[in-house]
Order: sequence, then C-alpha cells, then structure tokens
Amino acid sequence: MPSMDVNGSAVEVDEEGYLSDINDWNRDIASALAETEEVELTDSHWEVIDFLREYYDEYQIAPAVRVLTKAIGKKLGKDKGNSKYLYELFPYGPAKQACKIGGLPKPTGCI
Amino acid sequence: MLHIVNKSPFQNDSFISCMAHAAESSTVLLIEDGVFAALKGSNVADHLSKAKVIALQSDVSARGIDANLAEGVELVDYAGFVDLVADNESVQSWV
Amino acid sequence: MSEIKKFVYVNRKAPYGTVYALESLEVVLIGAAFDQDVRLIFMDDGVFQIKKDQNTEGSGLKNFSPTYNALGDYDVNKIYVEKESLEARGLTLDDLMDLTYEDEDDDWAEKSSISLVSADEIRDLMEDSDVVLSF
Repeated sequence: MPSMDVNGSAVEVDEEGYLSDINDWNRDIASALAETEEVELTDSHWEVIDFLREYYDEYQIAPAVRVLTKAIGKKLGKDKGNSKYLYELFPYGPAKQACKIGGLPKPTGCI
Repeated sequence: MLHIVNKSPFQNDSFISCMAHAAESSTVLLIEDGVFAALKGSNVADHLSKAKVIALQSDVSARGIDANLAEGVELVDYAGFVDLVADNESVQSWV
Repeated sequence: MSEIKKFVYVNRKAPYGTVYALESLEVVLIGAAFDQDVRLIFMDDGVFQIKKDQNTEGSGLKNFSPTYNALGDYDVNKIYVEKESLEARGLTLDDLMDLTYEDEDDDWAEKSSISLVSADEIRDLMEDSDVVLSF
C-alpha cells in the first residue's frame, strides 16, 4: 500500500491517492491531500468538503457530481449549486477532487 | 445434536428439510440469511415449533429483524455460538 | 440525446448473505447518470434490502441500507414492493424504510417513492420495460 507523509506520520492511501481508511481523516491530512491536488483550501472549499463528509455520513456514499451540485444548491444557495462554481474550486472535478481531499472513497457513479 | 442453517428459507428448502429431520431434542441455530426463518407470521413460521430454535444476534440485527422475531426464538452472541458447538456431540450444517 | 428507455431493476436477494443486493444498488446509482426511466422492484427476499433498523455493528459487515435513502437524490423514485413477498415473510410496509424524494415540479414537496403492488402488477411492469436487469 502506498502512503503519504503528514506531519511526520505515514497515512495509507490507495493507488489513486484516496485515503484507505476514512476514519484516518483530519484537517491536516485534508491539507496534505489538497497539496497533492494543487488546490489551495479556502473557506469555500471547506464548505463543500464538509458537505460531502456529512452526505457520506448520512448515506454511506459519495454523491455523483450531478447530485452534489443539486444538493449544494439547496443547502448553500443557487449561486453555489452550479458546476461553474464547483469546478472553479476543484478544477479536476468537484466530486472526485473534493472527495479525495475529504478522505472519502471515489464517488459512486463517477465516470 | 446441533443443526445450523445459513440460507434463507424463502430461497431454498434447507430450513424446511432441517426441521423435518431434526429430533425434538435437537437445537437449530440460524445464522446469516438463515435468520429469516425466525420471522413471526411468515409462511414458514409453523415449522419453528418442531425443535428448539436459536438465532445469532448479530445476523438478526444486521438484517433489522430484532422486532420481527417469532416468540420462543432465543438469541445467542458469538460466544454462545461457540458454546453450542462445544456442548453438542455432533453438528450438521444445512448449507 | 438518445431515446429514453424504460429500465427495470429486479431485486430478489437479501442483503449481506450474497453480494447481489449491493451490486444492484451500485449499478442503479451509476446508471442514474444516464437519464433513463428507472424503476426498482423489490420482491422475494429482495424486500429485506429495504428493511428498516438494519444494524451491522456486531457483525463487521458494512451497513449499506442508508444508501437507499439517497436514491431520491439520484431521481430514482419509482420503487415497487411486491405485496405477496412481504406477506410471505410476515412483513408489512411499516417494516420498510421510508424512501422518499423531493418533487421538483411540486415545490420540492417530499413524497414517498414506494408503491405496494401485486404480483400481477409486477408482471405488467416487467412487460412494459425495455431493459430488465435482474439481481
């Protein structure tokens, strides 16, 4: 298993860089994962990451991007519930990149 | 004798056949999808009275049927499972 | 856009004992990206997939039943449960999870996704579909 170094301790990740154990996750690890994705985390990023983690907690899956967009729009407002806004935050795909940074598995229905 | 059934009674005839062949003095342990045989009011529930029936607690809870069990069905945890196997001279698995 | 087809997923297996239920759920979620007309049938032991109160803490299995609650978000909101299957298992609709969706055309009102249907109606649903996926 590959691993990455966060503040001196090794954290296990899979071949694509997703966290192996969702329970390992914390904000430091999120920042380290964001660095590998070349994303600089702002409050707007955290809002989406926290939302994804809550969604996972409730439904045990990471939502597909279409579902994420709709749900974000409902929770955080229409100006944020669109792919333009989300792709600006996570250029390589909001569901995929934000899930990775959030320590979640790759979204189901991510194609 | 201890009989163990791990298949749903609605998918094959393991449970029905087991109950038809179990002596009154024997114990039938339901595990995995076999725990569905312990549902109250199901169309196989009549067979439960033919022997002592025990179901594995964790498999019952996983399937969310704790509140749906027929009267008289006892529950055991994994330690109880081990005791049953140790206390019975022979064990038959109805796979 | 290609033509919209009627997909029906037939779920006949209990969760956990075999992998069919989880596989079916994943296919449904992935397939939901394709904007087709999707119906889910739960019959025979498949009705156990949406039994409420599933708790896998003692068994070491992953409880995937909460994921059925996400189906509404995926616009999968036509869920049919066979009456005869419930009765044979001593169950009623009250034993099942409340699967709902929010109706976009009705000010996001929360509505039930589940319909209780007879074996005859299930037959008609199968006959009426373009693609049947059976698990």
